Amino acid sequence: MNHEQQKAILEILEQDARTTPEQVASMLGLEVEQVRQAIQQMETAGIIRRYKTVIDWDRFGEERVFAFIDVKVSPAREVGFDDVAERIYRFPQVHAVYLVSGDHDLRVIVSGRTMKEVAAFVAERLAPLDRVQATYTQFVLKRYKEDGEVYAETEPDRRLVMAP
Amino acid sequence: MKPISRRVDAVPPSGIRRFFDVAAQMEDCISLGVGEPDFVTPWHIREAAIWAIEKGFTTYTSNYGLFTLRQRIAAHLKRRYGVAYSPENEMLITVGVSEGLDIAMRALLNPGDEVIFFEPSYVSYPPCVMFAGGTPVPVPTDYRQGFQPDVDRLRDAITPRTKAILLCYPNNPTGTVAEREVLEAIVNLAVEHDLYLVSDEIYDRLVYDTEHTCVASLPGAQERTILLGGFSKSYAMTGWRIGYACAPAPIIEMMLKVHQYTMLCAPIAAQKAAEEALEHGEPEVERMRREYDRRRRLIVERLNEIGLECLPPQGAFYVFPSIRCTGLRSEEFTEQLLWEERVAVVPGNVFGDSGEGHVRLSYATSLPKIEEALHRIERFVNKRRG
Repeated sequence: MNHEQQKAILEILEQDARTTPEQVASMLGLEVEQVRQAIQQMETAGIIRRYKTVIDWDRFGEERVFAFIDVKVSPAREVGFDDVAERIYRFPQVHAVYLVSGDHDLRVIVSGRTMKEVAAFVAERLAPLDRVQATYTQFVLKRYKEDGEVYAETEPDRRLVMAP
Repeated sequence: MKPISRRVDAVPPSGIRRFFDVAAQMEDCISLGVGEPDFVTPWHIREAAIWAIEKGFTTYTSNYGLFTLRQRIAAHLKRRYGVAYSPENEMLITVGVSEGLDIAMRALLNPGDEVIFFEPSYVSYPPCVMFAGGTPVPVPTDYRQGFQPDVDRLRDAITPRTKAILLCYPNNPTGTVAEREVLEAIVNLAVEHDLYLVSDEIYDRLVYDTEHTCVASLPGAQERTILLGGFSKSYAMTGWRIGYACAPAPIIEMMLKVHQYTMLCAPIAAQKAAEEALEHGEPEVERMRREYDRRRRLIVERLNEIGLECLPPQGAFYVFPSIRCTGLRSEEFTEQLLWEERVAVVPGNVFGDSGEGHVRLSYATSLPKIEEALHRIERFVNKRRG
């Protein structure tokens, strides 16, 4: 299987992880067994990391608070920012950690059930870490789009039901 | 009161009206009967149109259409198909291919002139020919030949009154892409009998596992061809109503006469949107084409499993399977499927007599919907096969 075909399989699964190998095979004109093997290989190689579901927790009625926390860190010889980043991302409350350019060094996304909980996490866990010089917290007020997913009402199909 | 126009009265009413009325009332009806993309126009194109309106692009344009748009179309056709048209006087921006077709017929035909076209065909061709005072002459194509145009039958249909041959590849409703050699033979026939060619290439960008052949690019064709193209299908811009006609200057001059007195010009904001589409739309065209291709493969495989045989169509976004295994006629199939399983398709006979025994399914619908529809169709067919 060539690179383009593997890429096509990944694109289909990225859109809908529940697409079966049979469906993928007929969509791409490949043998089912080929597709199965390719998926397995890509799982083993860590290209496919795992399968997850996109959930609108708001709609489910579950309150979740997100905050972006920009963190200023003094880098250390040999490791740069990596060790601090690791100490941060090991907390389960931490949704994402990036090393970024600009005024701050790390951008951390933290989630919690309440603002209080997130604030406590920043004050008690994040800020006191060694070499963390400053934190700058922004709470998310509304999520419009995330990971390519728009969190608005889906727009209706406006087409006429039948047209030649 | 005096009788109204015989010419208009002679055109039969739309064959899908009654199915449309039923389907439109039905909740949870899945429609595979739609002849337009399920994608909305890519955002950068919509955004460019909003910008154009903000900047005050709200006026008429030249009757020919915006010169900058014509230049871009000319460059696009040159690059893709190696066919050269002057944006000055060999090109006209129309209100969709629909208008292009209408003014092409009005510019070409005298009363009684015959226009040959292959069937099954898009529903507008016979009426457009008739409105222009011509006589439509259908030439059937066969399912077993993948609905490829048959050059021998075409030759037999030519009479001294024949004025033009009307082509549509990739084809609505069959999805057929005509082979290059067949198109070359058709061009040769047109040269031999001094006929015009009108080529509706609205689906040119939606081809799979093959290349599109632009009829005007074939040897000997351009001087007698009216090439019709547009933005509706490739860029998911059906509602913008922007098409174009390319032809030798004397023909464009005649078409322009009809266009300027009946339409004046295509809407300017939509023309600006079309410019943006040509300039930056390529990645989106390819993305949509890939998506259609995947659905196409899936739907063809499933239909054949179900027993509704079809050869894989290579273009547009339609499949036109045979419904022979059910023993039903096209309209019976459509009506019963609609009432029993709430799936809307288009009966093949509305595309001409040779479409009888087939239905048209559009895969311009999301995959989950296609799969649910196929599931319902399978249940429906199984009951009939006994």
